[in-house]
Amino acid sequence: MNQSINLYILVMFAVTYLVRALPITLIRRKIRSPFLQSFLYYVPYVTLAVMTFPAIMESTQTPVSGLLALAAGILAAWFGASLFQVASICCGVVLIAEYFLI
Amino acid sequence: MKDRLYSTTTSPNARAFREGIRDGIPIGLGYFAVAFALGVAAKDAGLNPLQGFFASILCLASAGEYAGFTVIASSAPLIEMALITLVINARYLLMSTAISQKLPSGIHPFHRLGVAYFITDEIFAIETRQPGELNPWYPYGAGFVAAPMWAAGTAIGIMVGNLMPVRLVSALSVALFGMFLAVIIPPARKEKSVLGLVIVSFAASYAAARLPYLKGLSAGNRIILLTVLLSAAAAVLFPRKPEAGVEHDEAGHMRQEEESL
Repeated sequence: MNQSINLYILVMFAVTYLVRALPITLIRRKIRSPFLQSFLYYVPYVTLAVMTFPAIMESTQTPVSGLLALAAGILAAWFGASLFQVASICCGVVLIAEYFLI
Repeated sequence: MKDRLYSTTTSPNARAFREGIRDGIPIGLGYFAVAFALGVAAKDAGLNPLQGFFASILCLASAGEYAGFTVIASSAPLIEMALITLVINARYLLMSTAISQKLPSGIHPFHRLGVAYFITDEIFAIETRQPGELNPWYPYGAGFVAAPMWAAGTAIGIMVGNLMPVRLVSALSVALFGMFLAVIIPPARKEKSVLGLVIVSFAASYAAARLPYLKGLSAGNRIILLTVLLSAAAAVLFPRKPEAGVEHDEAGHMRQEEESL
C-alpha cells in the first residue's frame, strides 16, 4: 500500500510539473499577435477574480464572513494597502465577524 | 553577503530573491493554514507525514493534490490519477503561457524549468504584479519560503489533524483570497477595462457555480472555461495597444518599458 501511494504521488508530480513546464519552455518568443497579447494581458485578472469569488464565501464558516472579507479586501486594495496588509485585513475581518456570528 | 554569489557590481538577482522572500511570507502563512486542512484529507487517504510532505513539496497544488488524495483513497488506477491531475491543473497551462511572455527573451532554459516549478495560483499572482520583465530569482525567493510552509503544513496536518481551532483555520483561509484582491484591484482602479472585467468575472463565476451543466464541472475546469472566454472577449472589445513600450534593438532583443504586467 505504502509503495503504491508513492507511485501515485510520483504520477501526480509528473503530470503537475509537465502542465507547468511545457508552455513556458516551448514558447520562447514574444508573442506578436495583438489579440494574443491582449488575451494574455487579461488572463491573470480573470483567473484570479474567478478563483476568489464565490470561493471566498465557501472557505469560511459562514458565507457572510467570507463576503465581509471580500468587501474589506477590495476596499483596502483600492486604497493602496500592500499585499500583506490586504491579506491580514481579510483574516482579521473573518476572525471578528465569526466571533459575533458563531 | 550572499550578493557576491550572484554578481560582482550590482546584484539585481539578490534583490529580486529578497523581494520574493518578502512577498512569499504572507503566501506561506496562508499556505500553512490551507495545507493543514489538506493534511486531513491526506491522512484519510492513508499518507504518512513524510509522504504528505513530499506530495506537497513536489506538487505545490491545493486543488490538484486534494483531488489526487481522493484518487489514492479510492485506489483508482494510476491513469485516473494522471487524468484528474491534468484536468484540475490545466489552468497552469494558461499561467505558464502568460509567464513565458514575461521572462527576458534570452533567459537560460534552466530558469524556465525553475520558474515553471513555482507556478502556483499565488506565486503567479505576485509575478503578475512585478513591473516589466520577471527576474526568475523573484519566484525562487517566494517559493523558497512558501513551498516548505506548504509542505510542512500538510505533514503537520496529517500528524495532528484537527487540533487547530476551526476559527483560526477559517480566518487564515481567506489570506490567499486577500492576496488575489491585492493583485487585481489596484490595476482595476487605474484601468476601466480591467475594472469591468473583474466585475464581470465575479458575476460570471458566481453564475457558473450555480447554473445547470456548468456547476457540474470541477472548479478547475470552470476557471479555465471562464478565463478563456472572458479574456478573449476582453481582448476583442478592449485590445491593448500592440507592442506598447516594447522596443527592438539590432540584436532582436526587446526592451520592456511598460510598467504593467
